[in-house]
Amino acid sequence: MNRIARRFDALRRAGRKALIPYITAGDPRPESTVPMLHALVAAGADLIELGVPFSDPMADGPVIQKACERALAQGMSLRKVFELAREFRRADSETPLVLMGYLNPIESMGHAAFAAAAREAGVDGALTVDLPPEEAVEMAALLDASGIAPIFLLAPTSSDQRIQQTVRLARGYLYYVSLKGVTGSAALNVGEVAAKLAAIRARTDLPLGVGFGIKDPPTAAAIAQVADAVVVGSALVAKMGELADDPERMRREVAASLAAMRQAMDRVAAPAALAD
Amino acid sequence: MTAKALPDKVDYSQFPDAAGHFGRYGGRFVAETLMEALHELNQAWQNYRNDPEFLAELDADLARYVGRPSPLYHAQRWSRQLGGAQIYLKREDLNHTGAHKINNTVGQGLLAARMGKTRLIAETGAGQHGVASATIAARLGMECVVYMGTDDIKRQALNVYRMRLLGATVQPVDSGSRTLKDALNEALRDWVANVDDTFYMIGTVAGPHPYPLMVREFQAVIGRETREQMLADCGCLPDALVACVGGGSNAIGLFHPFLNDAEVAIYGVEAAGAGIETGRHAATLCAGRPGVLHGNRTYLLNDENGQIIETHSVSAGLDYPGVGPEHAWLKDIGRAQYVSITDEEALKGFHDLTRTEGIIPALESSHALAYAAKLAPTLRPDQRIAVNLSGRGDKDIYTVAALEGIQL
Repeated sequence: MNRIARRFDALRRAGRKALIPYITAGDPRPESTVPMLHALVAAGADLIELGVPFSDPMADGPVIQKACERALAQGMSLRKVFELAREFRRADSETPLVLMGYLNPIESMGHAAFAAAAREAGVDGALTVDLPPEEAVEMAALLDASGIAPIFLLAPTSSDQRIQQTVRLARGYLYYVSLKGVTGSAALNVGEVAAKLAAIRARTDLPLGVGFGIKDPPTAAAIAQVADAVVVGSALVAKMGELADDPERMRREVAASLAAMRQAMDRVAAPAALAD
Repeated sequence: MTAKALPDKVDYSQFPDAAGHFGRYGGRFVAETLMEALHELNQAWQNYRNDPEFLAELDADLARYVGRPSPLYHAQRWSRQLGGAQIYLKREDLNHTGAHKINNTVGQGLLAARMGKTRLIAETGAGQHGVASATIAARLGMECVVYMGTDDIKRQALNVYRMRLLGATVQPVDSGSRTLKDALNEALRDWVANVDDTFYMIGTVAGPHPYPLMVREFQAVIGRETREQMLADCGCLPDALVACVGGGSNAIGLFHPFLNDAEVAIYGVEAAGAGIETGRHAATLCAGRPGVLHGNRTYLLNDENGQIIETHSVSAGLDYPGVGPEHAWLKDIGRAQYVSITDEEALKGFHDLTRTEGIIPALESSHALAYAAKLAPTLRPDQRIAVNLSGRGDKDIYTVAALEGIQL
């Protein structure tokens, strides 16, 4: 059982839902990333999605696009993301770490080299935004064989047939995109999300995370009632962009935002667990 | 040249496969949020691509609205000057809106209308595809939003104004390198958010399946006509085809109907910009390597970390770090050769054709002309080269004048 499965297992037994923050590696500076990751864990993160910056982040809104630009301007690369992951692992051997990014940097490194490097760096999962299951069969097998969970997206538009195709390859958890749009979009309808999650649950036992458009503690709490994990990215990354010049304050305030979501989720999730 | 397949044993009409693969290239590399939209588009396209009523309407529009067939013009004076093969120009510059782009937007527009979509979005670099999209949107009475990099908006003011006259919204894109690739990213983001009522008109043979196939089929009218016209003129096929390649739609349009004719040599001409050795170019097939961008696996210009790098060409329409996946495949199997022409050589081609034949070509097409001028003297006077004159040069006169220090 890898770290992701262990973590979800422990959360389920404790009647809690997972909180998954996303930040872009190297944003605003390479040296700020690992301290930020530790601060997020201290503030209540159960898993971490670490973004691999890409020059053309097609599925991302302006907030994460800018984070990618800031990180790339600092010379961040997939190889350096692995260095950051290794550094994080030296002080934290338990929190699962998932790389989230686009396929081309992986193509450039080579799929097998990527899987080996991820394993060596203590990475637990890889979510490649522009690699749908149709094109992912080989890569998923390669990752799986290296003990890295291939994590896939599902969307409001995913048909039942696509859900079945996706869950066959997916490991770790599934990431449900809560709305039609890019990361950081405006509105999210909790009722619609709940209905779609029920349809996905009929096809898999994997934990279901929900992301895109979760900006504040009330939304995080509402999603925690219907999902196994809440993913929050743009709301944190926006704050990091604003406070980029004051690393100490940035770390404090981003951690405080995450902690507020943690508290809101825990207030509502405990009774739900009893009802299970 | 790798020998992964024997070109003379390939039936080119059988590619791509059902999932959009040309060998290892092509495919569908997009976020899950777009997969259903692509599925819906592919279903609609498969329904109509052989539908007699759809094709009759398309042919009628191509004849009466676009002005097809476009002439195949024997450039006798220029051929004599070059002292070799006879050069024939496929006059796509004479189409409505002044370039080959309209062949595709007429077709996609008819499809969008049949799918019940009410809003068209498009990306544009030089503005030719933007203008062709805005033109069709005006004719169909649809809302139209064209994404265009802010750097391109500056250098293509004329086309920006044309799009606005046609009623389109030109949406400036200020991310990344502020050129065509970023406009494409932004159009994809729009499409994800508005899939229900929006049709995304991609302007080239790139993007996720079925775009490379669909755009090829709409542009293949260029090659079909060239074939008939050449046969009518001399009872033979051309010895060589030459077309410029940015994304590669005018080139595939010319090449595809000839791919199974092994005796026809095929040359795609990329933009070498300031020279490939300077790093300031857009010669993706000549100097790039395979990767994944904008929904397909193809050759890309990217750095050692897989980040897409900025390109340069005097011609905005060739200024793109990717290329259609079918070209990537044709290169690998050796069916087509990809060569490059510098800004300086293209400008010479621009002036030579203008002065010799009284035709002002687009700077994109000038790359093909410049290569044809190199190729012709290596062939016999009884051999024939068909060059795709993909667009007219009116849009480029400001660029050309500025390079010569003239303020218009």
